[in-house]
Amino acid sequence: MVDMSTFIDVAVYLGIILIKILVLVFPLFIVVAYYTLAERKIIGYMQVRVGPNRVGFDAVPGLRRIRGLGQPIADAVKLMFKEIVIPTNANVFLFVIAPVLSFAPAIAAWAVIPFDDGWVVADINVGLLYLLAMTSISVYGVIIAGWASNSKYAFLGSIRSAAQIISYEIAMGFTLVGVVLAAGSLNLSDIVMAQKGSLIHWYWLPLFPLFIIYFISATAETNRAPFDVAEGESEIVAGFHTEYSGMLFAVFFLAEYANMILVSALAVIMFLGGWLSPFEGTILGETILGQHGIVWFLLKTSIFMLLFLWFRATFPRYRYDQIMRLGWKIFIPITLVWIVVEAAAVLANLPPWFVEG
Amino acid sequence: MLENYVPIALFIIVSLAIGLIMPTLGFILGPRKPDEEKNSPYECGFEAFEDARMKFDVRYYLVAILFIIFDLEIAFLFPWAVIFKDAGIFEFVAMLIFLLLLTIGFIYEWKKGALEWE
Repeated sequence: MVDMSTFIDVAVYLGIILIKILVLVFPLFIVVAYYTLAERKIIGYMQVRVGPNRVGFDAVPGLRRIRGLGQPIADAVKLMFKEIVIPTNANVFLFVIAPVLSFAPAIAAWAVIPFDDGWVVADINVGLLYLLAMTSISVYGVIIAGWASNSKYAFLGSIRSAAQIISYEIAMGFTLVGVVLAAGSLNLSDIVMAQKGSLIHWYWLPLFPLFIIYFISATAETNRAPFDVAEGESEIVAGFHTEYSGMLFAVFFLAEYANMILVSALAVIMFLGGWLSPFEGTILGETILGQHGIVWFLLKTSIFMLLFLWFRATFPRYRYDQIMRLGWKIFIPITLVWIVVEAAAVLANLPPWFVEG
Repeated sequence: MLENYVPIALFIIVSLAIGLIMPTLGFILGPRKPDEEKNSPYECGFEAFEDARMKFDVRYYLVAILFIIFDLEIAFLFPWAVIFKDAGIFEFVAMLIFLLLLTIGFIYEWKKGALEWE
């Protein structure tokens, strides 16, 4: 006999966690959806176009810019009702499972992201390791998609993409080690708290080279322009998802954007003090601007998300050999040296790398 | 202690479920009218190849092997980095030797041309 009250306790316990997860995932989906619109709009304006401006409504008469707000929803519905074409020679099971494999880690990684002090679904002490694991898994989705499609372009795209992702993962891993070295913890909340003090205590300044390398690596990791040779339209059609259509394509698409938001959030947590206020320690520190909170976290994350779009509008695409050269011959040596330099600085109790905590 | 990981497990299940529900909806709601031309793999204007799983450049394979070594190195560096604030000169020198060995390997592969993509 199972005790009824324990059963209810467990159910309530799991139910609360489930609500937390949904409270996180639902806004995340809306952000992902409108991030695609923001991308089209912002790049549009940068290229002196208007971007999508048809689907939507006139919320304020005369303010026509509000038009286009319905675009993500229209896109979602359209993709939902599109036929899913499965190529003749494809391996059907792997073909269907590949997008899920790249999508699920991109969402699951959010479990350890702290939005505010204590606002985290799972406050585990190996948070950064979990994130590294989750971002590593998504490369399987790319490889499997390319292999299962049995199409030349998909195959070429997937091996290119996989080699690129794993190359930049090394540089990225080294920058994470640098952050852990400075913070002395793998827990993301602890990493944020270790940066407490003021704007110049945030790790972007003490770890400046690592910060730059992290964000460039993150751009390459997510296969975004200017590192998007994996799906370079002019070379190999659409890369690993050439054969994907309808909802299966949409899942890949969502995974890419969820990943972009994830690495932006991670950049904020590791280098820009997460939810900490930039006015802390200044004359404005006592006012409302000096309060820490989720607003700062979201604001900083949005800046990084904007940078992704800005990159795409500004930089021409890298050549593949240049990408590999940048990753292996520039980033890895720089980060290797920086880890040693930083360790020496910590050893010598040298501020700002060493903060008594 | 282990209780902290219950939300993680649940989160992974939820994300897998969402990932599976969306294609399922697509399969249910979308039309299904296959024909030979539509189902053939994409090709620029001519007949599709029977099998696209062809030979590929060995350098991709090499990159994957090198990745394993460096990724393991990072995995070893993590616990060291966590406790380094409480550590002394011994731990620093130990890690220097470890990094030195890997750097020698890195220089070797560089000189051998394993990182060249002309």
